[in-house]
Amino acid sequence: MNRALILAGTVALALGLWQALVVLASLPPFILPGPARVAETLWSSRALIAEHGLITAAEVLIGLALGAVLGGASAIGLAASPVARRLIRPMMVFSQAIPVFALAPILTLWLGYGLASKIAMALLIIYFPVTSAFFDALMRTPQPLLDLGRVMGTTPARLMWHIRVPAALPGLASGLRLAAVYAPIGAIIGEWVGASKGLGYLMLLANGRAKIDLMFAALIVLAVFTLLLHRAVDAGCRRWLDSRST
Amino acid sequence: MCAAPALLIDGTARIGVERLFGPLRLEIEGGRITCLLGPSGVGKTTLLRLVAGLDEVTRFEGRISASDGLPLAGRIALMAQGADLLPWRDVLGNVALGARLRGQSPDLPRARAIIDRMGLGPHARKRPHTLSGGQRQRVALARTLMEDRPIVLLDEPFSALDAGTRAQMQDLAAAHLAGRTVWMVTHDPGEAARMGHAIHILSEAGLETVAPPPGPVPRAVDDPDTLAVQGSLLARLRDLGTGA
Repeated sequence: MNRALILAGTVALALGLWQALVVLASLPPFILPGPARVAETLWSSRALIAEHGLITAAEVLIGLALGAVLGGASAIGLAASPVARRLIRPMMVFSQAIPVFALAPILTLWLGYGLASKIAMALLIIYFPVTSAFFDALMRTPQPLLDLGRVMGTTPARLMWHIRVPAALPGLASGLRLAAVYAPIGAIIGEWVGASKGLGYLMLLANGRAKIDLMFAALIVLAVFTLLLHRAVDAGCRRWLDSRST
Repeated sequence: MCAAPALLIDGTARIGVERLFGPLRLEIEGGRITCLLGPSGVGKTTLLRLVAGLDEVTRFEGRISASDGLPLAGRIALMAQGADLLPWRDVLGNVALGARLRGQSPDLPRARAIIDRMGLGPHARKRPHTLSGGQRQRVALARTLMEDRPIVLLDEPFSALDAGTRAQMQDLAAAHLAGRTVWMVTHDPGEAARMGHAIHILSEAGLETVAPPPGPVPRAVDDPDTLAVQGSLLARLRDLGTGA
């Protein structure tokens, strides 16, 4: 109850400041519309925003799922094999020096204007944080647990499955929490570069036609979606970590 | 479990060219409890890890062998400081861990019987973080018994427990590990005096053997002979600690 009140207060304050800025600087609606006007557009264009929002949500969720699977598998592969670590890790770090933004046009060229290029963007942007967080955790298995496994006569594969992976799941979870915030960025960049659907496309379109209220409405929907996604992933990870059974 | 063999450690440990300890010669009697005391940093835990086959940094020149001539691998159970339980597995899962790590299906009825013997029956499905320190240590002991190895290495297993719980764990461990070759590294002279059929002190100067108190283990906490040995062990450790 208290938290809800504080949240409501924060939102009210932000909206108040926004409206005050519009009134005091007497900004025209095509530069910065007030919150009331944006809310009105959000309601009147709800069908349009929902249509494009669902596309973006699909891109983000598929990218997130693929990123979790690929990142998780890569981290385990790297942790299991010193050869893979030596060969592939420098490559992965180097790949992070390339701005993902710069790759967007190429991905669009290769994968087309549909969902695939946006999913690939989302995947690219989250792959490294997920892999890196999980890999670091896999390399930090508590020494006593490793000793225990060795004395008990385990194999590297079973040690990985029964001890190293479960001990590193909190690391994977923190990678996924980051990914939930990054994945929408990837999808939006993909849509900016070339798309006919999605919130990023809608924002660009609205901007070009000086429908700044629609642009803001789409932006707010995107931000709320990202927040909710982060909360959902966070809650999901928590429950998952708590319920790991024997 | 076949008759527990004696352990023979004979040689010198080095890290690089630096001598860590030795040359020393230590025989750990089969089927008995042997305690190793000594100042911190002298290499007690390293020696134990060498016997367990866990130390990859230290080079041991000499031999570590069992009196029956068979290899040590697969015949050792380890119980270390702080219980080392898997937080995501319940008590039963932790006790039955060894079989899973070897790809076998665990003997759950036996695991439950051992858990009951440790007085943990009502806690079998609880996670370690919901247990007290003493209960966690009993889970670790149950896991060690589940492994059913003739040689058991204990590395300061009870050092994190309060005095009363520690004395209880000593009783429980001595009773249930009887007949195995037990080698225990400890900081606590009282523990060595209660538990040891044989007692050694490792220091910079080498290995000394101290006569244990008479009587079967675990000796009573208030037994005068045991207290006297505890006192003389402590005095010796104090002298070693000041470099005298």
